[in-house]
Amino acid sequence: MEILVCVKRVPDATENEISVGPGGTDISREDLVYAVNEWDNYAVEEAIQIVDRVGGNVTVVALGDSEAEEVVRREMAMGAGQGLMLVDDAFRGADGLGVATILEAAARKGAYDLILTGAQADDGAAQVGGMLAALLDWPYASLVNKIEGEAGTLRIGRELEGGTQELSEIDLPCVLSIQTGINEPRYVGIRGIRKVASVEIPVLDAAALGLAAGAVGGAAAKARRLDYFIPAAGAGAEMLTGSTRELASQLVDLLKLKGGLH
Amino acid sequence: MPFAFLSPASAVYLGVPARLVFLLIPLAGAAVFIHMMIRRVRPLLAAAPDPRFGDVPARLWLVLKLWLAQWRQPRYFVAGALHILLFFAFLVLGLRSTQLVFLGFMETFTLPGFGGELGACYNVAKDYAATVCLLSVVLLAWRRGVVKPERYKVPAALGKDHTGEALLVLGLIGTLLVSESLFEACGLAAAPGEGAWAGTLAWAFRHLLAGCPGGFLGHLGVAAYAVHDLTFFYFLCLLPRGKHFHVITSLFNVFFMRLEPGHVKPVRHDVRDADLDKLETFGVKKLEDFTWKHLLDFYSCADCGRCSDQCPANRVKRPLSPRFITIKGRGHLFERYPLAGPQATGPAPLVGGIYSEDEIWSCTTCGACEEECPIGIEYIDKIVDLRRGLVEEGRVPPSLQKPLSSIEKRGNPWGKLEKKRADWIAGVGDGLKVKTADAGDAAPDLYFVDSMTSYDDRMQKIAQATARILGRAGVDFLILGKAEKDSGHEVRRYGEEMLFQSLRDENTQAILDCAPSRIVASDPHAYNALKHDYELGVPVTHVSELIQAGLRSGKLRPKPVADPTRVYTYHDPCYLGRHNGLYEAPREAIDAIPGLKRVEMAGACRDRSLCCGGGGLNLFYEPEEAQRMGVLRVAQAAQAGANVIVTACPFCLTNMEDAIKVAGLEGRMEAVDLCELVDGHLQA
Repeated sequence: MEILVCVKRVPDATENEISVGPGGTDISREDLVYAVNEWDNYAVEEAIQIVDRVGGNVTVVALGDSEAEEVVRREMAMGAGQGLMLVDDAFRGADGLGVATILEAAARKGAYDLILTGAQADDGAAQVGGMLAALLDWPYASLVNKIEGEAGTLRIGRELEGGTQELSEIDLPCVLSIQTGINEPRYVGIRGIRKVASVEIPVLDAAALGLAAGAVGGAAAKARRLDYFIPAAGAGAEMLTGSTRELASQLVDLLKLKGGLH
Repeated sequence: MPFAFLSPASAVYLGVPARLVFLLIPLAGAAVFIHMMIRRVRPLLAAAPDPRFGDVPARLWLVLKLWLAQWRQPRYFVAGALHILLFFAFLVLGLRSTQLVFLGFMETFTLPGFGGELGACYNVAKDYAATVCLLSVVLLAWRRGVVKPERYKVPAALGKDHTGEALLVLGLIGTLLVSESLFEACGLAAAPGEGAWAGTLAWAFRHLLAGCPGGFLGHLGVAAYAVHDLTFFYFLCLLPRGKHFHVITSLFNVFFMRLEPGHVKPVRHDVRDADLDKLETFGVKKLEDFTWKHLLDFYSCADCGRCSDQCPANRVKRPLSPRFITIKGRGHLFERYPLAGPQATGPAPLVGGIYSEDEIWSCTTCGACEEECPIGIEYIDKIVDLRRGLVEEGRVPPSLQKPLSSIEKRGNPWGKLEKKRADWIAGVGDGLKVKTADAGDAAPDLYFVDSMTSYDDRMQKIAQATARILGRAGVDFLILGKAEKDSGHEVRRYGEEMLFQSLRDENTQAILDCAPSRIVASDPHAYNALKHDYELGVPVTHVSELIQAGLRSGKLRPKPVADPTRVYTYHDPCYLGRHNGLYEAPREAIDAIPGLKRVEMAGACRDRSLCCGGGGLNLFYEPEEAQRMGVLRVAQAAQAGANVIVTACPFCLTNMEDAIKVAGLEGRMEAVDLCELVDGHLQA
């Protein structure tokens, strides 16, 4: 199976102290350490395990600048056979749709049976996987926590609310967004990273992908971030006291007052 | 009635001269034995190199102390005393046994030099040795067969009980003793007026046989000789097949044992750090990846169970038992390299085969096993090597992946910001402004704080107390500050060698840039790393030694203990005590406080100290265990009558404090750091 896994280089969630930046539209990015997006890491592990089972290749692709390459290399150290970088100034400031468009162009250049993305990244938008599937006109499933099967049709599990699990069948080729916990990603040590330090990673720019210069960057973005702030703290929760009967009675009064009961 | 002694060499039975038989038996026995020894040596030649041929005087000293003087045996007193008797009897009787072999085909034979006085003394010695030996054999058999001490037990999953083998060997030894004494007694019967030495086995037989006819005695003597000859060579050929191989290999195992604790072997002894990237594979994944000394360890295990008895992981029922690391290793070695038939080919990964991943991750590297083993078997290097193999394959427990990644990114296992590493200096007080390398300060002493003491809210108090003590003792010191990274002590021992080397190289550069003439550490793990894992060329000292020096010089003047009713006990941290021999300085520091009552945890202090649960990455690992090591330790402290545990390690302190809560002893037991204790009891 030919698998493409889309990965993103994001600020490491636990090793940084995140604060709102001076411009008010982004977090402060000085003194940040970056890592591969955690969901994407699970996706790469899953792809490697699938290929170990049924044969094939795993290609890891990332959008970004030369710094994003470190993340692709780390996933190759983990066991992905190929890397691919999509780099162009024209990509700067792309919104979710722009990212999905760029990835679509990259996907069409290969002959992939399966594309995996992480369920979400640092923005929490959780949209690129779905948009990519729509642009490719491929079937899509999100929050996948189990993948079985080989060619033709996959059996997948999806995690739903309240811990319930859904089992479905999906035809290949398809796009799946991967939920954390689908597997236990293997450790990548310094030695592994050094082993792939000089492996060639091809780079494609807008022209190589057949994308017009202004088609996907910040200028073409259909969603623009206006503000980024921590909401002002309110008065806090109102605590009710009394016996269960009294609490219930107070609650009913409050709900009537606030229009919650008709 | 007197009879002419019938020498086995001159006896004839059924027309066959016995001397032919008694020549054949040794020749056949020796041939089989030599074949077995060649087979046993072969895997050692296929194993990884291990340079253990230097420092011969130090090695000979260890042989004299551990092997000849059986120095570690009395640590388990009854078994130890019995074994010492058995061992010395073996040494003494070995000469007699050699002589006996020749007496089978030579009428008379004495070993060179044993003709006159020496020979006469020897004859006395050997008869008493044989008697004492038989007594020990009986007692040892009783211990194995009836008493059945806990540490000899074999869990069902790990195979058959070993009692049968033990009793067989004791039976063979007993047979050798009895047959030799009987032979001796028969010989004495032919020389009237010559009695056996009173109280010996030979003497007992001599009397038992007093009335027997001469002919009978002659044949009995030959029969006894034959039994001895056959048993001797059967026993000799049994040795390489099981735990009694140690009879032969223990001398070599002790000669080649590690000279200094606290070190970890390099990835491969014949590969320099700069060439490590060229290695195909890291660590131990299959049997031949072990060094020849580690395979020799497998051969030499006497299955005494002392290592596992002292192993804290074993005590809390983690899946690790050092004894079975060796026994299973030996079984695998015997299987892959059999005495007859072809060597096994085909892959045989160790972890996932004879060992489980959890088994290998359970070790805290406390060193209790290596401290206890009377034969010098090593465990820590094997565990580290097995971990290196697992790390290379990415098989690291999830609970450890996060802190390793944090150490890689931020230089500490919690992922906290580098610039906050020296924040603790704000709380030192005492009018002391701590110098830092970031600020461009300089000082002859460098206090290497390490991650735990720098970042943990509770442990920052240790750093602050240490700084105040150093100040009072007149030590002009600085800290690295932001440039300090985790020492990497556990990173290395958990098998992430390349991350350790990167930390080591960065720290070394930062340290040498300050050009200190001495390094001080309060964290025993940092102390051990800087002393043994780094090559700084600068002396490293622990703060307890500085306190000791300050007390002796009068620079540090202690005041009476705040609460004279409390009872203190000192818990020896593994990396201060066992790995570095620093037992007395902390005790001296505590005892210098007037009116302080201190007790020892009898039988569980100094080199028998029970590991608190482990430091560094051990704090993050989530093992399967019946209870925490710290809880056992706190119970020991309570049993010793203490209500304050003093320790000199931030990891011990955190494990003790957690254990006190888990054990429900809050309010009745307290844990305190040595520096906090001393700092709180210094005169103004």
